Amino acid sequence: MKQWSRSFFILLVLALSVAAKSAKIPTDLKTAPPFDLPTRSGNISLDSLRGKVVLIDFWASWCAPCRQSFPWMSKVYDRYKSKGFEIVAINLDKNKDLADDFIFEFSPPFTVAFDPEGKTAEAYGVPAMPSSYIVNQDGTIIHSHAGFDPKKTDIVEKEIQEAFPR
Amino acid sequence: MKTIIRWKLRLLLIFLSFTAFGCATIHPWDRDLLAEKKMSLNPSPMVRAVDNHIYFSKEGSTGGDDIGGGGCGCN
Repeated sequence: MKQWSRSFFILLVLALSVAAKSAKIPTDLKTAPPFDLPTRSGNISLDSLRGKVVLIDFWASWCAPCRQSFPWMSKVYDRYKSKGFEIVAINLDKNKDLADDFIFEFSPPFTVAFDPEGKTAEAYGVPAMPSSYIVNQDGTIIHSHAGFDPKKTDIVEKEIQEAFPR
Repeated sequence: MKTIIRWKLRLLLIFLSFTAFGCATIHPWDRDLLAEKKMSLNPSPMVRAVDNHIYFSKEGSTGGDDIGGGGCGCN
């Protein structure tokens, strides 16, 4: 009996560890995973943005905080684009029509890419919607944010400013 | 008697192991599919209410569900 229960216990622990492993999201990324995604006007890749400070934002039309983040991102983009700042907003909607409606409503001045399969989101280990990553000129993630808080926009803007070399 | 309890315990452990294997991760970007109307327990409340109204009217009484009335089918 002892042997039996021990083996079952081991099996149970193994099963739970497998389940826990599948739920783990990588959050300790240093180098921004590369991507090559379609936009409304051709493809965009992270490599083509090397040398610029990039804000990568993962969003979806059904995500309520994204409705707040888009107007803020538009402002920030207009403020820093002359310095070499780029925003790539990666849409994760399964239904592209919903994304198109959202884009029509907000008409963002920055690049919007589409990843309906969520492979890029998986590579970045997106923990929440929206999630944003500030990538410096070397392609290193220097800051990441899960969700969008209008009260913390000053902090994020400061992080963008600091990403530019002095 | 003891052997039966032991076997029950073993079966329970096997069952628990399998349920643990059955865990799935829902990615944050997949939650739109779960939030769709067709994924709700009652995707069409109006149709369900009408169906219930007719059913309980025919049965001659109401109750045990979410509509009121005395069974006349007139409310």
